[in-house]
Amino acid sequence: MKIQVLGTGCPKCSKLAENAATAAAEAGLDVELVKVSELNDILAFGVMMTPALAVDGEVKVVGKVPSVADIKAMLV
Amino acid sequence: MRKEIKKALLLVLVFLICFWLPVGFRRFDGAVLEALHLIRWYAREHVLLCLIPAFFIAGAIGVFVRQDAVMRHLGAKAPKAIAYGVAAVSGTVLAVCSCTVLPLFAGIYRMGAGLGPACAFLYSGPAINVLAIVLTARVLGLELGIARAVGAVLFSVVIGLGMHAIFKHEQDDRGPVAALPVTPEGRHLWQDAALLVAMVGVLIFANWARSGDVRAAFLCCPGGLNTFEVEGRIVSQSEESITVETPTGRRQDIPSGQLQSVGAREPGAVYNRVHQARWGIVLGLLILLGVMIARWSSRDERREWVSTSWGFAGQILPLLLLGVAAAGFLLGRPGHGGMIPARYIEMLVGGSPDALLATSGLAGTLLESFLRSTWMFWTNFAASLLGAFMYFATLTEVPALQALLGAGMGKGPALALLLAGPALSLPNMLVIRSVIGTKKTVVFTVLVVTMATLTGMVYGALMG
Repeated sequence: MKIQVLGTGCPKCSKLAENAATAAAEAGLDVELVKVSELNDILAFGVMMTPALAVDGEVKVVGKVPSVADIKAMLV
Repeated sequence: MRKEIKKALLLVLVFLICFWLPVGFRRFDGAVLEALHLIRWYAREHVLLCLIPAFFIAGAIGVFVRQDAVMRHLGAKAPKAIAYGVAAVSGTVLAVCSCTVLPLFAGIYRMGAGLGPACAFLYSGPAINVLAIVLTARVLGLELGIARAVGAVLFSVVIGLGMHAIFKHEQDDRGPVAALPVTPEGRHLWQDAALLVAMVGVLIFANWARSGDVRAAFLCCPGGLNTFEVEGRIVSQSEESITVETPTGRRQDIPSGQLQSVGAREPGAVYNRVHQARWGIVLGLLILLGVMIARWSSRDERREWVSTSWGFAGQILPLLLLGVAAAGFLLGRPGHGGMIPARYIEMLVGGSPDALLATSGLAGTLLESFLRSTWMFWTNFAASLLGAFMYFATLTEVPALQALLGAGMGKGPALALLLAGPALSLPNMLVIRSVIGTKKTVVFTVLVVTMATLTGMVYGALMG
């Protein structure tokens, strides 16, 4: 499974990446965590409000930092 | 190994700086003291009543306001006239922090309403976010705060339309349709609005100052012989100087040597009654706010609100501290000197060309009349150009401007810098270029500098 964190490097984006890593570890899943920070790559997802989270290329959350529990629910 | 070499070079550099540290030179020592004074002034005057409520408001906007409702008007199918209007003012809601401006700009351009509204948003966004307006009005005075917001909104539309007109025939390179954030319907719009109005009310009334009861006239600013007037109340008086605080909270130190007259002034009755009752009003608003939040919001939202506000504080305060220290060190408080002599500022962007003429010895030559007649243009142009290329971290444009104004910068150029500054910087031009290409970036920059220059000239002519 591939988790992509979209964000240009603001503190919220790092927070989201951190939450995503924790969620994956707690769920016991083997995931690949990728940070997408190039603006044009982020746009390719159709996202304009960062941070955003995509799982296997599908955008799940836009414009906010979801909690660890929320992310876990998206992964399982 | 290379890491060690880097470390050694760094150590040598630090050693050399320490070795030749100009401690003991009057200018340097004075500048360090100025930086410390300015930091203390910010800490005492602006943090508790102004910045902290503003962080909570910014957090609340991020969490409680439904951003998708705003974004809908910037989508690909939105009517053009509405898109421009929304783009010009939506910075208050969408660009709570300047790091979200660029992705939104790119998004509106590629997937939404197109180039014009995107440029309008990019120009006004950084200038009209809550934190910027509040701090500008508080530190630099209410009129400059309002002029900044109004100027940014009006001219953003002009710039947006200009970009659209120039590039009307370009091929559209639209991307995929935007994924808009979907927030569950919870509150009504009026409930969101009530929450924000109550919070802004707390901010306004907590900062309500007494209206002035004196009017002081004094000669000002390094090298200049112009008469300035301030209205306010006297907060301290001594042999050497008096300090007058204006209703907007700005303090003006006037050395006795420059003071011309102090006269009484009718105090505004309603204004002062509000001042006396301000803590009662604030308490009432806070209770109201508590009830609204308890009834209308969920536990998760409240937790997110606190963490978002905390995030802003952690992100902005360290930068602001550095900015204030740098402004104090380089230019000093108004009326005091920093590392850069005020004369240079006056020569470049001062209210009149007198300083430049006196220093350069051009007075009396043909160039003098040329300089005098075009001075407004040069100063505003220089300020706009400087602002467009220089990088200001979030909100640091405010202490920088305060120091520049204190050193003798004219009000017009100050506004020009405030307008061109946060919207553009060299690093941010590179990102914009990667989104809209070189040609459009150049045109946008030219438009921004032109508009900022014009606005500064008009404002300078109106306000003197």
